[in-house]
Formats: sequence, C-alpha cells, structure tokens
Amino acid sequence: MVNRPGSPRWELPEPKEHLALSPQTEAASAAKPLEEHSHLVVRFAGDSGDGMQITGSQFTATNAVYGNDLATLPDFPAEIRAPAGTLAGVSGFQLNFGSQKIYTAGDQPDVFVTMNPAALKVNLPELPNGCVIIANEDAFTDRNLKMAGFASNPLADDSLSKFRVYPVKISTLTNNALADVEMSAKDKARCKNFFALGLIYWMFNRSPEQTMRFLKDKFSKKPVILEANEKAMRAGMNYGETAEAFTTRYEVKEAQLTPGKYRNITGNSAMAIGLVAASKLSGVPLFLGSYPITPASDILHELSRYKNFGIMTFQAEDEIAAVCSAIGAAFAGYLGLTTTSGPGIALKAEAIGLAVMTELPLLIVNVQRGGPSTGLPTKTEQADLLQAMYGRNGECPVAIVAPSTPGDCFHIAIEATRIATKYMTPVMILSDGYLANGAEAWRLPRISDLPRIDVKFRTDPSGYKPYLRDENLARPWVRPGTPGLEHRIGGIEKQDITGNVNYEARNHEHMVKLRAQKIANIAKDIPALKVLGDPEGDVLVVGWGSTYGSITAAVEELRAQGKRVSGVHLRHLNPFPPNLGEILGKFRKVIVPEMNAGQLVKIIRATFNVPAIGVNKIQGQPFRKREVVDGILTHL
Amino acid sequence: MTEAATKLTKADFQSDQDIRWCPGCGDYSILAQVQNVMPELGVPKEKVVFVSGIGCSSRFPYYMNTYGLHSIHGRAPAVATGVKCMSPDLSVWVVTGDGDGLSIGGNHFIHAIRRNVDLNVLMFNNRIYGLTKGQYSPTSELGKKTKSTPMGSVDYPLHPISLALGAEATFVARTMDVDPKSLRYCVKRAAEHKGIAFVEIYQNCNIFNDGAYDSIVEKSIRSDRVLYLEHGKPMIFGKDMNKGLKLNGFQLEVATIGENGVTEKDIVVHDETNPDPTMAFLLSRLDEATFPVPMGVFRAVRRPAFDEMMNDQVKAATQKSGPGDLDSLLNQGDTWEVH
Repeated sequence: MVNRPGSPRWELPEPKEHLALSPQTEAASAAKPLEEHSHLVVRFAGDSGDGMQITGSQFTATNAVYGNDLATLPDFPAEIRAPAGTLAGVSGFQLNFGSQKIYTAGDQPDVFVTMNPAALKVNLPELPNGCVIIANEDAFTDRNLKMAGFASNPLADDSLSKFRVYPVKISTLTNNALADVEMSAKDKARCKNFFALGLIYWMFNRSPEQTMRFLKDKFSKKPVILEANEKAMRAGMNYGETAEAFTTRYEVKEAQLTPGKYRNITGNSAMAIGLVAASKLSGVPLFLGSYPITPASDILHELSRYKNFGIMTFQAEDEIAAVCSAIGAAFAGYLGLTTTSGPGIALKAEAIGLAVMTELPLLIVNVQRGGPSTGLPTKTEQADLLQAMYGRNGECPVAIVAPSTPGDCFHIAIEATRIATKYMTPVMILSDGYLANGAEAWRLPRISDLPRIDVKFRTDPSGYKPYLRDENLARPWVRPGTPGLEHRIGGIEKQDITGNVNYEARNHEHMVKLRAQKIANIAKDIPALKVLGDPEGDVLVVGWGSTYGSITAAVEELRAQGKRVSGVHLRHLNPFPPNLGEILGKFRKVIVPEMNAGQLVKIIRATFNVPAIGVNKIQGQPFRKREVVDGILTHL
Repeated sequence: MTEAATKLTKADFQSDQDIRWCPGCGDYSILAQVQNVMPELGVPKEKVVFVSGIGCSSRFPYYMNTYGLHSIHGRAPAVATGVKCMSPDLSVWVVTGDGDGLSIGGNHFIHAIRRNVDLNVLMFNNRIYGLTKGQYSPTSELGKKTKSTPMGSVDYPLHPISLALGAEATFVARTMDVDPKSLRYCVKRAAEHKGIAFVEIYQNCNIFNDGAYDSIVEKSIRSDRVLYLEHGKPMIFGKDMNKGLKLNGFQLEVATIGENGVTEKDIVVHDETNPDPTMAFLLSRLDEATFPVPMGVFRAVRRPAFDEMMNDQVKAATQKSGPGDLDSLLNQGDTWEVH
C-alpha cells in the first residue's frame, strides 16, 4: 500500500474560494465512469515554447508521488526556440506510468495531447488506432495548418477517424479563465499548458497538489504568474468535469513497488547526487571541471549547488581545460571529475591519456548523444563505446561503466569512484541523453547500505617510490604538501617503480602491459552477472546502458510466450564481469541490441569469439519494446 | 615549519635527475636562479608544486625537488588551476614557453590570467620551437626563416606582456636568462604576489635561435638597450644614466636629460601599482628596434584571486547551510513511502 499525503482523492492545499472545485462538480466527477488500466502512456507535444517539458514533468511528479511506477522520455529539439508552428520546433514528452513494473517510457501513446498542427503531424505516424487525441483547436489555424503541411484541417475532415479526437479550445478557454488577471495577452497565452495539465489531472483522477507546491515554490516572488497558472490549471480540471465531450476518466492504481522511500529522479540528477555521495563515502572532497554541453550541463548545474558538501565546481574555458583542471585536482589528492558529452570526450582524449600515464584517479562522465560531430545534441545514442574503449593515442585502457536506469546513475557514480580510487585509474561513465533527462520512480538507498570507499593516502616517506604498486597494481596516491614525498610525474613513459622518465624498449612494453593488467584485474572485483531467465537456452540478449528497460521488457514478454530467451545487462564494460564468457557459451545465439551501428557486438565477437548478432537502432530515440522483440524474433 | 624552511638551501631544491637541456641553453641559468630563490621564500619544499606543459622549458619540474607534474602541451595553466583551487596553501608554479603558452595553450593562458588564479607563470621566451627542432613560434619576428618558413614567416608575432595585460594580469614582469640579479628579483616578486603572476623570461636557444636577444642583452650594449623598471623612480637608462622615457601626447619617446631643456622631472615615474594598466601597456609596446626594452615589474596590483573566491564560496555555503548531509540530499523534493 502506498501512503500519500492527504486523502486518496485530491485535497486542495489552502484552497481559495473562487478556485476550489464546487461541491456540485465534486459530485459530478463521481458520475463519470473510471476506466481502470494497469498502465497508460501519455505524450504531450507542442512548440518548443509551449512548456511541454514542464507539463510532462509535472504529470510525472504527480504520478510518482501518487505511487505509480513510471518511466519518461523527454524529446526536444536542439534549437531553444525554433520558429513557432514548424515541424522542426516540436517538443515532446512521453510518460508511461503504471500499477505494474514499468521498464520503458512506452512504445506508443494511449493519450496524446497536441498543442498545434505541427506536433500532430510529427507524431501522427506513431499514434495507434483508438488513441485519445486532445488537440488545442485554437492552434489549428490556416497558417499553422499550412506550416505543418496539412492540406485541410484534420480536426474538421475525417482523416483522424481511427482515433478518439477531442478538440478543445485550450487557448480561448485559458484566456477566458484569466480574464481578471492583470497580465499581458502574451503572458496569458503562455499559461495554456497548465490548462492542458489540469485537464489531464481530471482525466486521470490526479490531485493538483504536487503541482501547486511546485508553482508556489517557483513563483513565490511572482504572485501574478502563480495565480495565472493556478487558475489555468483549475480551469482545465473544471472543463474536463463539465464539458460533455469527455465521458470517461482513467484510473491507474498505485504500483506494488518494493517497500521503501521513493522519489522521482532524472539520470543527471541521480548522477550529481551520486557523485556527492561518493565524495562523502570516500571522505575525499570533489572537484568538477566542466564546460557546458548538452545533455550533460545539468550535472554541472546541480553540483554547483552543493558547495556545502565541500564540492568545488569550475566552469572552464573549454573541454580540455575542464579535464586538465580535474587532473590537477586529482594530482593534488582530491576527486577529480569532468562531465561532458561525446564531442567533449573527443577534445579530452589527450588529457585522459595523461591521467592513464600518471595513474591518477579521474572520473569522466560522458552523457552520450547522437553523433558524429555536433550530431543530435538533444537526442540519445550509445555510439561512444568504442571511443571510450579505444579513442586515445597509444595503448590507453580506462575502466568503463554504464548506468542502466536514471536511478542507477546514482549507484554507478559511487562504483566509478570506488574503482578509480582503488586502482588509481580514470573511469569513464557512459550515460546517455535518455537516462540523463528521463525519469523514474527511484527507491532511495539506505545510507548504511552504500559501500564505503576506503581511500588511502601515502604519508610515509620511507622507501617511497611514485610507481610502487600494491596488490591491485595501484600506485600510491600522495597529497602534495606531504613532507618527504616530493615527486615528479608526467606524460612521458615511466620507469617501473621509480616513475622516472624512461625511454627503454623493454620498460615501455612492460609498462604498457602493466597498465592493461591493472584494468583487467578489476574484473575480480566486480559482481558476477545475473541472468534474467534460464541460465541456458536459444537466445541470450546482451545489453548495456539505457537499453536495460526495453530489453528487459522484451525478454520478459518473449519468456511469457514460452520462448527460450534470456538476458544479461552489463554495467561494467571494461573490464567485463568475470562470468560473461561462461554465460555466452550456454546459448545458441547471442543478440546485442544497441542504439548504434554495432559497437558492443564487435567487442564481444572479438573478446569471446562468438558470432554475436547486432540489433541496432540509430535514430536518436530509445528502443521500443516492440522493436527489441521483433529484432530477437528475427533470429529466433 | 617556516623556520625550517628558511634553513633550506639551493641544494634542497635540486632533484636527482640528470638535466637534459642542450649545453649552453639559457634554461640552466633560469633553473639555477629559481633554485636560488626558493629557500628565500620561506615555503617548505613539500608545499611547492611545479606544473608544466610540453617543450624544452616544460622539463623544468623534473629538476626541482618539489612536487611536480609534467602535463600535456599548452594545458599547464588549466592543470595548475585545479591544483591551486583544491590546495590553496600550496605555492603553485607554471613553467611554459612561447609555443606552449601562447600557441597551443593560448586559450588557457589568457583565461588563467583573466581569472587571477594565484599561480606564478614563468614563460621562457626564446622565439622559436626548440623541442620540435626549429620551427617559428608565435613570438618569432615577421619574416623569420625557419624549417617551416623557408621564405620567411608571414605570421605577426604576439607580445606576451601586452597579451597578459590585455587579459587583466595583476602582476607582469620581464627578465632575461643572462641577468641573474633581475631574474632572482622578478621570480621572488612573482612568488610574493597573491594572484596571477606572469614573468616573461628572454631565453636564448643556442641551437635553433642563437643570439635572438644579442642586440638587447649583450653586456657591452645592455645599459643602453635595457630599461630597468623601478617602482617610484623615473624611467632612466643608458650607460650614463641620462636617457629616459617622456610622454608626448599618448606616446612615449626617448629623451636625453640635459638636452633640449629636458630635466629629470620630465621623465615618467614608474608606478607598478597604478590600477590603470595603460602606461604598463605602452611600455609593453615599445618597438625594440628604436626603444630600450623594459625589464622588471610592469604591474603589481591586488585583486581577489580566483582560488580564494572559490574557497570563500565553499566556506560561505557551508556556514549558511551547514556541512552537507547525505540523508537530506537524498530526501530532497517530494518523496513517498511504500510499505
């Protein structure tokens, strides 16, 4: 059971007389039937300036607090404000929420809210038969229809007959609701997303309480905007209640989640607090050197707010300075972190090599996006795995880990820190745009359950050499300022043990192998893989990173159909978990779904000599469950 | 600690590594003078960090018995910024060259200066690429014939001191490898300055650009060619100490005291603490063909350092919100219980 603040039905915080729902509408609401679903997918779409991301996030937060399990997919253009009404400017947000375990943001929407014709045009190919479409009728003007490429108004002709279409004059109704609010017509028009949100709250029987808190917090110093958005939202709710068009409401009950305390969290946010936690757990203050880049900047923003945790954030002049400052911090004996996306990693490559050569712990977060070059800055992709593995000069291995869900970004940050400090090595975390901006209902870990990160600094000068090694082949970490341990290191090849500059042939080969062995040894120190499903069978589906949700859902569906399909999911990509080879050998076929042209599949083929098969999607969009299922069935 | 530090000698700052600069290189003199100055600073050697990039000059850290990081080409100011921000009690030095600091590392150079990070930047300027064997550098003169410019370079050179002043440097000095006294003075003043301290050091590369500064630093002519800047004193130079710099409108010109009615009062008095960098900039722009070359401290003004302000923010945030608590971090925003 889920305990929520307030009553099971919505309770209005500090209700204002003129805004509260009347007793009559309360009674009327009971009159409209509730249709129960185990899960529903809702997609909001509109212009970049229509506030679809806020609308979607608010509905997400409300469902999360209500107790649903959920996953989201924000999808927005790279341009901040593409020309209004154009196909290029369409911004979308999809939410899948349920009373059951939710693995993905959903394949196709059950309910689609569109704020203009362009948003309808872009999304139309993905709408299933019977989909409920709520359209802002006011925006379907001749001009907008023409811009979207509609020959005639789809709300007026019968081209949408296979859907359940509800045209609503959202702009007019919002404007009417705000008649006595003193603000410009333009500002009033901007409240229409809250009207739509209100309508959705009514339709899904959700309380506006959480959003009210959000508005009060956000607009505490702008009471007029607060009032306007609140009124627009109430108007939307009341409209749903009284308009005769809507006959049905939907009910998605609380999910039976693992007991614990939950919150709604995005991947970038979880990454940020995970890094803070890692700093706390290790007792080593954190330094972030970063340069703004989509979709990683939010980690910089969020960490910048945690200065009271002793965290220092440095917005550098470029990507190279960002990583170099982090290396400086690591040399100084602190956790050095840099956060970026693929193009930034390309610029940081040489410096990462320096961290490999100097064997300093360095945390590198790559929130992957579509590439090459600038590519698709706001879209997701997993095409930097080979870059992470091989994208530097020389033999230059780093440890690589990848979170599987937004909430897992928290745990992966701690794991990366553990590996980096224990083995004195750079660790790259491969997140991606889907995890970064996507959200899930995340069960908070108990602090006592989190691993302690035991970091030792060498302070004893007797017998000290910079490249002495412990049982893990890690060299000692020394904080400058420690008397008697003055030493010099750098990017030139090191003599074994002394760390002195050395160009000898055999020493170089020895050191290359030593650095590789150090990374390989980490395999002994990471958890063995658990197979989803039977330990042997026809097909093993191997995934990594953010495809966890779609692959898990797909494997479960196929297993429910009696197919001999199992799955494993890799959080450690370099080195691989120790039992991966053994597991691979127990299946007739190995299928590797990836959001790239086939990268992990290459490494698996090369490492284990198995004829693994790729299932690939390179569209800047996450896999749908259906696409993974179909991909597997092709080879079954 | 300080007492012990004052007892340190030059030998304490010499590492056990063989020095691998070419025989006759100007770098030897710079190394010797830096090692001479170090014991005078009262800083224990474990609190000293030398960071460098790539180039002949950048081997410097290996020869100092302090902490040192030989990083990658051009990036030393960025590396050093990370060191200094996290360890504000360390004395952090950047050793760079004209190629490392102004070409590949130009961006980091101007931004470290702009931020006023408390670093001491020693730029060995030999107006040539030495380690890559003799290509022209961003300070090479126009028309310079090198392996990569057989018909003469068509790149206009940068003036490091003008660039540093343009980037709002709070301390700027120039000295030369062949003048140990000036070298020690400038290095010491840089060390004592809180904030970015930039020292350009004219350094002779006897292999690829030998004699680059002969027309200035050669002992027989030096007194006529070099103007030693002294705070609060008129800018007088010359073998007979009778020439000086005088303002004519917005330009400086050389005047001879005792000629054309010029007296010492007409000579501009050097003020390194002037908050307005205009005069320092004028000095940095003097054409070395027709003017003396200023040596010494051009500018020394105080402004809060970047690392100080960064650490102050951390302290202020901690005082305001208390030391960060993991539990409240996890529990921020809306949470709910599932039983």
